[in-house]
Amino acid sequence: MLKLPIYLDYSATTPVDPRVAEKMIPYLVEKFGNPASRSHSFGWEAEAAVEEAREEVANLVNADPKEIVWTSGATESNNLALKGAAQFYCGKGKHLITVKTEHKAVLDTCRELERQGFAVSYLDVQENGLIDLEAFSSALRPDTILASVMFVNNEIGVIQPIAELGEICRSRGILLHVDAAQATGKVAIDLATLKVDLMSFSAHKTYGPKGIGALYVQRKPRVRLNAQMHGGGHERGFRSGTLPTHQIVGMGEAFRLARLEMGVENERIRMLRDRLLRGVSDIDEVYINGDMEHRVPHNLNLSFAYVEGESLLMAIKDLAVSSGSACTSASLEPSYVLRALGRNDELAHSSIRFTLGRFTTADEVDYATRLLHEKISRLRELSPLWEMVQEGVDLSTVQWAAH
Amino acid sequence: MAYSVKVLDHYENPRNVGSFARDEEGVATGMVGAPACGDVMKLQIKVGKGGIIEDAKFKTYGCGSAIASSSLVTEWVKGRTIDQAMDIRNTQIAEELALPPVKIHCSILAEDAIKAAVADYRKKHGEQG
Repeated sequence: MLKLPIYLDYSATTPVDPRVAEKMIPYLVEKFGNPASRSHSFGWEAEAAVEEAREEVANLVNADPKEIVWTSGATESNNLALKGAAQFYCGKGKHLITVKTEHKAVLDTCRELERQGFAVSYLDVQENGLIDLEAFSSALRPDTILASVMFVNNEIGVIQPIAELGEICRSRGILLHVDAAQATGKVAIDLATLKVDLMSFSAHKTYGPKGIGALYVQRKPRVRLNAQMHGGGHERGFRSGTLPTHQIVGMGEAFRLARLEMGVENERIRMLRDRLLRGVSDIDEVYINGDMEHRVPHNLNLSFAYVEGESLLMAIKDLAVSSGSACTSASLEPSYVLRALGRNDELAHSSIRFTLGRFTTADEVDYATRLLHEKISRLRELSPLWEMVQEGVDLSTVQWAAH
Repeated sequence: MAYSVKVLDHYENPRNVGSFARDEEGVATGMVGAPACGDVMKLQIKVGKGGIIEDAKFKTYGCGSAIASSSLVTEWVKGRTIDQAMDIRNTQIAEELALPPVKIHCSILAEDAIKAAVADYRKKHGEQG
């Protein structure tokens, strides 16, 4: 029997893997020491666990454990990387570059840096969601100090060309920050070869607990940051605050499992994602948002033309998915990511993000497929746009009474 | 977002979905909203003798509250004269469906749809409003 609702929102968050939870629990009750306590075994035990976890995080991305700084999550890592680097290197220049499809944790931090006197360029992406390397190069200025580009987009799952961007930035002496919250366990990351200076990680997108993340801060060449959290000088002064041992242990175990299992897991998930795509591909006027080749296997972002996203979410409430449309909030704007791809309003308002994961089954995918067939057809029966299109009306020629 | 029981009922079991032939006697059509805003409502009324709305049908592209608002309006206009239909206010629709503040525009759109349908009727029949 299927358990409803079916969770297909793994890019929002993942459950903690039971193996991870099991490893965390002793650090709440018996092994509760403060890893900064140097005078007794409680502290030493906690410190050893923290350092073992740091090694596991470093191992997944082929970095040195000394390059890993614990934070509360990818949002804090992005804040520390961008504000910390911009403020430290502001003597070299005050221009930053990022991309319009970045996560709000980057975009909003950039807005704050603009208020602090920095100039930020927000680059467009191509129709497939990927950054155009030539456009990127030509946006660089003599006073550019930092570029920030996400590894994997959270809405459409496309993988940006980080290796090429790293080459461009390094040759120009510009720091490159990469938000990899959606990438760990999904794409191979080799920081020994990638010319990336700063990289943000989150545990809870990779079957670890919420509230813990990390920032990779490259040592060779050395990257300096102004701390944003001051206090006891933890994490070599990069980020003060008592380390949450149990969370860190959880992130370490989650990243260790990701390293061991991602090869097999990604192929299984790709098979399920492709099964979902095949299952809905005979529905008329379904459009894929974002490049299918340069994309993580977990993500499928579809627009069901002439059906509005929020009503579709209501209709498929047995599926826990998210809509590109922000109609559920006070804002009536469709997804800024889909708008950046140049999607028209009807398609941007009609998008659904399906993200599959470790515990998704073929039965769940088949149930989702059947439900989509049934509900899309019902909502199209209700849709005046669908009726007009069936009658041969070109909607772009209609004079709408905008409200 | 939590929907009211009435919104869910109209959404799950929308009343009077469909279309009349546009050239059918007494049929008038109001289409309001825009795909860019995420809502388009088409309301059709069939007006009989004495200016009484005998039947109504709708199709709506939009969120659950927009679908519920237009479904409700088809029920409310039936049996009214076109003048009485013009008295329906968005506040009554919003109250009946317990729409939250961010969904008030759905009730406004439904009121606009009535006005647009009546205006179309008057245009076709040369009556002055």
